[in-house]
Amino acid sequence: MAALLVINAPPLLAAVLPEERADAMYHRYEGGGVTVDGPSVLVRKNIADTVSINANYYVDYVSSASIDVVTQASPQGYTEDRTQKSIGVDYLYDRTLMTVNYINSDENDYTADTYTADISQDFFGDLTTVSLGFSYGDDTIRKNRDASFKQSAERYSYRIGVSQIITSKLLVALSWENIADDGYLKSPYRSDYFLDTATNQRVAAEDSYPTTRDSDAFALRAMYYLPYRAALKGEYKHYTDDWDISADAFDLAYTHPLPKGWILDVHTRYYKQDKAYFYYDLLPYANAFDFHARDKELSTFNSTTFGIAVSYEFGSDLFGEKGSAFFDKGSINFAWDRIQFDYDDFRDVRVKTTPGTEPLYSFDADVIRFYLSVWY
Amino acid sequence: MTRSVCRIAIPALAAALLCSGCSSLKMPEPWVKPYERNHLADPIMSFKRDPIDAAYVGHVRDVRESARGADGGGGGGCGCN
Repeated sequence: MAALLVINAPPLLAAVLPEERADAMYHRYEGGGVTVDGPSVLVRKNIADTVSINANYYVDYVSSASIDVVTQASPQGYTEDRTQKSIGVDYLYDRTLMTVNYINSDENDYTADTYTADISQDFFGDLTTVSLGFSYGDDTIRKNRDASFKQSAERYSYRIGVSQIITSKLLVALSWENIADDGYLKSPYRSDYFLDTATNQRVAAEDSYPTTRDSDAFALRAMYYLPYRAALKGEYKHYTDDWDISADAFDLAYTHPLPKGWILDVHTRYYKQDKAYFYYDLLPYANAFDFHARDKELSTFNSTTFGIAVSYEFGSDLFGEKGSAFFDKGSINFAWDRIQFDYDDFRDVRVKTTPGTEPLYSFDADVIRFYLSVWY
Repeated sequence: MTRSVCRIAIPALAAALLCSGCSSLKMPEPWVKPYERNHLADPIMSFKRDPIDAAYVGHVRDVRESARGADGGGGGGCGCN
């Protein structure tokens, strides 16, 4: 199962249609016994001067022998595919940009349909852009080897954003988003552990999640143009929800154009979160609480990312302002992120020792993207 | 039911106010003139220069972190192996 990926973002400068371009990507995530790779193709085309349509086809080929899988579900791991298709339309009317999207994500045990609508409006001589958005998601959860299992979840998202030109070199953006879930919000494959005091062993038991979740995220982003044509970008995000999870993320990025069409990007990111109120690495006894779970995504942990990306742009000098017969310019891009995850209360139960004293879990992951882009 | 109605009505009302207000607002003189925005229009001055890459990175985070939303787009997610 996987979260949806969403292609569209509100514009940050004066209302214009997004660029006409096509991108073809190979993506790969590898870490913690999990490899996820596959293609993604995104095409965007304008119709007249006021309408832009986009379509995305995305696949995850998952090969997982993660610590969750090998300790709870299948010691040999498993493989599966996830295919996501989306289509969207943007309509520009004066200084207002309206966008609707439909996204379908399909796996053998999970189907998600998401509908989004966004509107953005420029104010104050195009120095300020205000955006509003709404999404509705309808998920169906199934379970392999259990044909009778079928659950559902609904997701509502409300967001607002403001971007502001402060000076001729400084842009600041604020955004807030509320997401409310209702339904089956857990994985049907995961379990947690309670301590069997008779044997002093961990014993697996079915976990129990609340059926609603309400979260708020607030983000502040800033971008500054440096005197020698380079860009410095910073981001802070704060998150809270009614599962008592609180998280903060800090991201600092630097973009540096090099001669002959090369662009270098580097960034670092630090993320930390506090656990959900019903997260327990080891329950003191069976059914000790109404809600209990041991998903490491709900635990207290932090992650540190270092990333580098290189882009080579071609064609603009070769074809001039009018471009070639088929496209104006193109770029080849390679990006690599190394992420280190360190968990504070999720223990590596593959190590057999006294329950509750196993070493804390940590792992590194590599995230690679290689993609070709053309503008036409 | 009330909760659902509110969740639909509030953004719809906000969108209506946004649209109706834009024509009646008196626009102040922009302190950064259009001809002074060439640096801001530079392709390197973008939070998400390549949407296909930004969407993928956001997806990687959504799967592994509890924090979700406020990333400049729609949202969705679930617990994941």
